Amino acid sequence: MPIKNKSVIFDRENLNKENPKEFLYKALKMSPSDLILEVRESGLKGRGGAGFPTGTKWMLASAAVSDKKFVVCNADEGEPGTFKDRVLLDEFSDLVFYGMIMCGYAIRANKGFVYLRGEYRYLLDKLLKYLDKMHEENLLGKNILNSGFDFDIEIRLGSGAYVCGEESALIESLEGHRGESRNRPPFPVNTGYMGHPTVVNNVETFATVPIIISRGAEWFTTVGTLNSKGTKLISVSGDCKEPGVYEVPFGISINDILKLVKAENTKAVQVGGASGHCVPKEQFDRALSFEDLSTGGSIMIFNESRDMLHILKNFMEFFVEESCGQCTPCRIGNIKLLEGVEKVEAGDCALSYIKELIELGKSMQLASKCGLGQSSPNPFISIMTNFENEIFSQR
Amino acid sequence: MIEIKDNILTQEISELIGKYGNGREALLPILQQIQAKHGYVSEFAQQEIANALDIHPVEVYGVITFYSFLGNKKKGRHIIRLCRTISCDLAGKDAIIRTLERELGIKFGETTKDEKFSLEFINCMGMCDQGPAMMINEQVFTQLTPHKIVDILKNFR
Amino acid sequence: MENNKETNRAPISQKPLVIEKGDKDAIGGLVEIEINGKPFKVPLGTTILDACRQQNIHIPTLCHHEDLCIAGVCRICVVEVEGMRVLPTSCSFPITNRLKIKTSSENVRKARRHILDLLLSEHYGECYSCHRNNNCELQKLAKEYGVDSYRFGHVTQRRHEIDRSSYSVIRDMDKCILCKRCVRTCIDLQEVGVLEATHRGDATTISTFMDKPLADVVCINCGQCINRCPTAALKANDPSDDIWRAIDDPKKHVVIQTAPSPRAAIGEEFGLPAGTSMTKQLNTALKMIGFDKVFDTNFTADLTIMEEGTELLLRLKKALVEKDDSVKLPQFTSCSPGWIKYIEHFYPDYLDYLSSCKSPQQMFGAVIKTYYAQLNNINPEDIVTVALMPCSAKKFECNRPEMNDSGYKDVDYGLTTREMAQMIKEAGLYLPGLPESEFDNPFDESSSGLIFGATGGVMESALRTAYELVTGRQVPFSNLEILPCRGFSGVRQASVKLENVKPEWSFLEGVDLNFMIAHGTANAKKVMEALKRGELSNIHFVEIMACPGGCIGGGGQPIPTSKEIRAKRAEAIYKEAAGLTIKKSFENPAIAKIYAEFLTDGPCGHLSHKLLHTHYAKRGKYIP
Repeated sequence: MPIKNKSVIFDRENLNKENPKEFLYKALKMSPSDLILEVRESGLKGRGGAGFPTGTKWMLASAAVSDKKFVVCNADEGEPGTFKDRVLLDEFSDLVFYGMIMCGYAIRANKGFVYLRGEYRYLLDKLLKYLDKMHEENLLGKNILNSGFDFDIEIRLGSGAYVCGEESALIESLEGHRGESRNRPPFPVNTGYMGHPTVVNNVETFATVPIIISRGAEWFTTVGTLNSKGTKLISVSGDCKEPGVYEVPFGISINDILKLVKAENTKAVQVGGASGHCVPKEQFDRALSFEDLSTGGSIMIFNESRDMLHILKNFMEFFVEESCGQCTPCRIGNIKLLEGVEKVEAGDCALSYIKELIELGKSMQLASKCGLGQSSPNPFISIMTNFENEIFSQR
Repeated sequence: MIEIKDNILTQEISELIGKYGNGREALLPILQQIQAKHGYVSEFAQQEIANALDIHPVEVYGVITFYSFLGNKKKGRHIIRLCRTISCDLAGKDAIIRTLERELGIKFGETTKDEKFSLEFINCMGMCDQGPAMMINEQVFTQLTPHKIVDILKNFR
Repeated sequence: MENNKETNRAPISQKPLVIEKGDKDAIGGLVEIEINGKPFKVPLGTTILDACRQQNIHIPTLCHHEDLCIAGVCRICVVEVEGMRVLPTSCSFPITNRLKIKTSSENVRKARRHILDLLLSEHYGECYSCHRNNNCELQKLAKEYGVDSYRFGHVTQRRHEIDRSSYSVIRDMDKCILCKRCVRTCIDLQEVGVLEATHRGDATTISTFMDKPLADVVCINCGQCINRCPTAALKANDPSDDIWRAIDDPKKHVVIQTAPSPRAAIGEEFGLPAGTSMTKQLNTALKMIGFDKVFDTNFTADLTIMEEGTELLLRLKKALVEKDDSVKLPQFTSCSPGWIKYIEHFYPDYLDYLSSCKSPQQMFGAVIKTYYAQLNNINPEDIVTVALMPCSAKKFECNRPEMNDSGYKDVDYGLTTREMAQMIKEAGLYLPGLPESEFDNPFDESSSGLIFGATGGVMESALRTAYELVTGRQVPFSNLEILPCRGFSGVRQASVKLENVKPEWSFLEGVDLNFMIAHGTANAKKVMEALKRGELSNIHFVEIMACPGGCIGGGGQPIPTSKEIRAKRAEAIYKEAAGLTIKKSFENPAIAKIYAEFLTDGPCGHLSHKLLHTHYAKRGKYIP
């Protein structure tokens, strides 16, 4: 299942003309600091959704003092409605791996991990074969392309836990623990895998870097908005004729996306997956970008026939089950939000209690230990706020 | 005191230790292998793994119960995991639930008497554009319809 | 080090931050910060919580415990840090740059109150029917934050069965707030590894291996988890109802022995500062409650020294003179029942290294139901022996099937300091206000057995006696205080040279008697691993106590516990011991008497072996 529209970056035909191996060759000829500078100047931000500037992350890890450093590719794509990394790993794994090697070179790490979600295990054999091939071609292992740089990549599988997509929980999982997120600070760039500086980036982030190196930071900045450079892969599902993965420039409006995927009678769009925001029709002119609607790539479309409370209940059930369970706001807070939805469903909930739960949600956003609990109230708050009339007029 | 005699599992675990090392970071890969081969990680296996990695059995148990794909109880030979998340839900998950339960004669969370099938839910498996979707063991099936289910199950009976 | 903050087992995220020297923001190792608008300087790496405490700013905590590594899971200690989108936990946040912190902003107050409301909504039961009523950290916070209703509901049904399987520790998961203090105690502090967080999301719970009853897993009953539980999820198995029944039964002769550590700590249950000794007031209280006799466990502590010291000398003789390879050295102490169960589970092949001596508690039980019964012409069947101990493992110990060498159950009930305080309160007594009184005859004299309560005490007592037996002179330490035995470092080692020995001990001439002391089973593990590696071949005697700090930090002691509290209790014991005229076990007249009248074939003789010595079970760590 390829990318459905004409892509600027992830276009295999174009890439083959440029020969991606040349990207790696070029990167390894640069100095590590120049490489980081190039990534910084491109304005590339983390494609997982949080949008931390990639170059800054690499610079921090590069500055950290340690005998060992690690590069981790976060392929634990678990956000409901997201599947673009599946496509990247299936069809652009060369770019992903090259990006990891470049990161390793930049921060002076010699080891990389791909943390592949257990649900994508069927991709494993293909990826392993590709890694073998890279070894044969001296694109991995000792003295890569005679650059004097050693780097190896190991693929580790997840075992079905959404929270492991959170970088510190992912690292805990890599270390053989329960996927419980860590306190921050310290951050992984200083104290990551086994206590060593570690860069954790999303699959798409790594896959984008080789293009930036090849075409230059300046080229990259010509696409996108002021604070959101380049393009973004989005995974579109729900009520539309053409669901799938699309590459769109940052700044694209919801309306334009809906046109692109041939959606009709749309009532609401969930941007950013279960932990994202539910955008009602009146706001469809809003733009996909870190400044406005930030997303790791999930776009879920709901048409007029859908019951927003049912959708919200599905999301909250998801979080109640997928919370790692260690911190109070997330573990119990999500239960309370779900109970609230169930009360509304039963026609047994005062609107004032929902307001109370929205306030609880705001505390969860502030006081939860990691991104899961900090964002799990988002659908509750946005759906209960934007669709209050619909939800309460029916019950 | 229970004396541990030579045992096939002990042998298997020591081979896995040989492959992945005896650090704590080897725990998940070892558990995944044991799970894949036996369908679950038995009480004995958990203790042997703990012993080999010099951690406590309860820590192994804590890890197993954290991850959806690891289990400590014997289940059916084929584990069917149907995505319960919203895109698959909107695409008609409920009809698939009913079909699976009727065809196998069990409810979700249960295992058939002949220990061939277990029914479970899974949270989003990244097939949102092709829902409803499910996995049987590691194989993925998409755009399910009640009719398709009957055909798929035939191949696993 | 006393607590194992740097143990390998603690997740990296929960280890204290190590600050690299030359950090660019560090000015002379101090960082200037601002808390609630007030500037001051703190050493680099100080947590926000510690910085606030230094400034007398109260931050509520639940999962934080100074003996344990950081968790940052309850989130109640959140604060606002300028420039941060979210509220970080102050317990986990190391200060490395100039922070501006607010500790009671609107967001902070709201979040804390929400967290509290959430915990309360899932917390089963009511405070008045809870044994931690008035000593519960959750209850205290609810009061602090003025909680007057259950905003998000309240569970009305039990969701977990109470695990009463263990003789020592009872777990009620319906009271658990998942702070993981017990997990960190069990895995990191004690390295026993019985409790761990299991499952995920709303199903998250604290479990044993495969959710087995506590009695069926490798729990050593040390009760350190109880001491650190902020609520009533963990408690000791309380026998006080049975004891009341025995007291009320006119046919029963109820005898209680009290150990030194509860006496040094029970005052805390009555609001006294830690380190206030209540020995003599307690004697009065126990008589008023209705115990027929009140004895001092020190007597059998002295007896232990006689037996264990003799055993050591016999082992040394066998090893050095008879060149008997089967003799195991070093000899390990056996007074701590938590340690005994630990070695039975984790080092079952090393049981021969243990002294065969019973603990003082069990020796006393056997002596009471034989010697004492004969002396006073009481039918042992009618005697009920109670042991006031700082310890939860003593409850398991007295229920061991082999502990009935008197022909009866040697010790009927092990009672903790906390339970004793409860009984005293129930009897309407205010302990600190009671007059002083003495222990009962014939076990009324006390000596160095008293210092058994603190880590190193057994060793110090044993050395005083052994040295003098061998050389005929007192140990060469001022006031007989063998300082290398004292203190709280986790594993310590020292030696005493034996010179100019008596003729019968000539084989010990010039020998350096090397000894080791460890407390807390994590440190015991270090010692055992060294033994396994053959590194203890020059050591003769090892004292091990299962609990951090020794018995004064036992699992039956008043809650809370901390390094400071344990040090105060130890101080109280050493102070009391300094005032004693008899400082050596063999000089205790009651000891001389029992060997003259009853144990006539002497220490380690036939009758001693029958009544005062025991054997151990190879338990192993595999669970069927």
